[in-house]
Amino acid sequence: MNILHSLADRDRVFDFLVPARSPVDVRHGPILYVEDVTVSFDGFKAINDLNLTIDDGELRCIIGPNGAGKTTMMDIITGKTRPDSGSVWFGSRHDLLAMSEPEIASLGIGRKFQKPTVFEALTVFENLELAMAADKRILPTLTARMTGEVRDRIEEVLATTGLVATRHHPAGILSHGQKQWLEIGMLLMQRPRLLLVDEPVAGMTEQEMERTAELLTSLAGKGKQSVVVVEHDMGFVRSIARTVTVLHQGSVLAEGSMDQVSRDPKVVEVYLGADPDEEAA
Amino acid sequence: MWLTRPFRERSTQLFLGILLAALATVTLLNLMLPAGHPLHVSTYTVTLLGKYLSYALLAVAVDLVWGYLGILSLGHGAFFALGGYAMGMYLMRQIGDRGTYGDPVLPDFMVFLDWEALPWYWLGFDMAWFAFLMVLLAPGLLALVFGFLAFRSRVTGVYLSIITQALTFALMLAFFRNEMGFGGNNGLTDFRELLGFDLRSDATRLGLFLATGIALALGYVLCRAIVASKLGRVSVATRDAEARTRFLGYRVERFQLFVFVVSAMLAGVAGALYVPQVGIINPSEFSPIFSIEIVLWVALGGRATLYGAVIGAILVNYAKTVFTGVMPDAWLFALGGLFVLVTVLLPKGIAGLLAYRLTPRRLKRKPAAQSSTPGEASA
Repeated sequence: MNILHSLADRDRVFDFLVPARSPVDVRHGPILYVEDVTVSFDGFKAINDLNLTIDDGELRCIIGPNGAGKTTMMDIITGKTRPDSGSVWFGSRHDLLAMSEPEIASLGIGRKFQKPTVFEALTVFENLELAMAADKRILPTLTARMTGEVRDRIEEVLATTGLVATRHHPAGILSHGQKQWLEIGMLLMQRPRLLLVDEPVAGMTEQEMERTAELLTSLAGKGKQSVVVVEHDMGFVRSIARTVTVLHQGSVLAEGSMDQVSRDPKVVEVYLGADPDEEAA
Repeated sequence: MWLTRPFRERSTQLFLGILLAALATVTLLNLMLPAGHPLHVSTYTVTLLGKYLSYALLAVAVDLVWGYLGILSLGHGAFFALGGYAMGMYLMRQIGDRGTYGDPVLPDFMVFLDWEALPWYWLGFDMAWFAFLMVLLAPGLLALVFGFLAFRSRVTGVYLSIITQALTFALMLAFFRNEMGFGGNNGLTDFRELLGFDLRSDATRLGLFLATGIALALGYVLCRAIVASKLGRVSVATRDAEARTRFLGYRVERFQLFVFVVSAMLAGVAGALYVPQVGIINPSEFSPIFSIEIVLWVALGGRATLYGAVIGAILVNYAKTVFTGVMPDAWLFALGGLFVLVTVLLPKGIAGLLAYRLTPRRLKRKPAAQSSTPGEASA
């Protein structure tokens, strides 16, 4: 129900034209600053003095045991949850804590939820068309025409997500993995600057995981999107991550490359003394 | 132009072709052949067909909201009846002093009730343009207010169906009251002229039949245009995953309201064309059973196809005419049985069967993941 509510709350999001590229100031490098953030629910500190910086174009993986505060952190960045203290900045100009959920979304932060929801009766192409940043009032929607520009953008995303061959298939017949990619594609249609991806490979086959790894790696980059992936699957994280952040009890336990992190004694201890790789398997 | 898009679709061309050919055939068989000829279509039959066509337009309106927007309205009879009453009021005013009581202004039933003057809401209905405007505005406004309240509160699904039933039931009770000034349970009848044409003449009846056919064609094209537009795709998205559509930034409740109001207006037009052909409008058109029956036509014909609604409405009403002639008591059983049979054997209705028969065999297989479709993407 909570997810339903959070979705329903956001109906004012894109009521106006989203600028093609949001005016985020990344001259200093990072696109997201999370500083000294603390949140508690009924006395329980879900996030405790969390500090996190994501560079523009970076691909960052966030791992951590259940209850480490991963989802709460996403909720704070997207404006769904307000922290008790601390600050969250998008680029060096936008204070996310002073903005509403719709404003944050239209500024260019896209979030993919765990369970994919695509429009099953519509084709892949139409799904992307509906997701596109456009004037979403009634009359412009009624009279909307398929311009070359729109078509090019859709083709571009189809190519990025590897769904070119399925473009005229109803989304309902796609495999689980393809639905996840379509959902990522629908996020891309809105031209986000920062993508928050929650457990993208849950329930995927080995090959689908590989494809997803390629996709997420290709999305991140200078002049493209920054991508933050929350994932449990260690093998997957190892295959895509350049930098890994380990969360534990609401704060950052370790940060660095996968090798550094998995040798860190604190991390090993948190994962019950087990090697993270084995724990995941 | 979004409005002309349907004319380029083969299915719409086919539909319009068949409809216009049927209209022309009926007209020719009615006018050209002598009354005794076995192929002669009597004026009685022409009017009966005209009634079916107005039902077909009503079914198209219901299919637009139910098939494409997922709103199961069990109260569309109310919009149909309101359009009918607007037309009926105009026709009543046209009677003038030729009524039984000979009052130049007041309709017979008002004289009978000892009313002194015309109620304010009857003013203006002596003018055709005003009455025809009301045919659109009365159902449109009701749908606007009702839909605004319902969709803003995110009432959908079964609950919405139930309140649409309540809506039409409440209107039925209200219109049954003599004090409402709509003729009570007798309704409005004894019509004479429409735009100066004698309603009892054969030519006018044929003209009404043709007008209904053309209204059906235009209504169909309008619905196709909406369905084939991006707004139509947003509707389907709303039908299947409302919260997700909202999340994409569409103000879902406004889209629902827009389509609902358009549908209600179409239903009103259907009612306005129905009334002069059957010669009476009374509160029974508001009855909840009638609204459920409309949904049955659409379900039988095939939901979310539009042409299925037309087929369903005509077939069921033809069956009703035949059945109620032969075995009046058995009709409801036959309707129920038909509905059960179709639900079990033809879940996509008659249109689903047609589509299956007409689809080449190679397309019936689930498309393989590799079968890339070259060429243009759907516009």
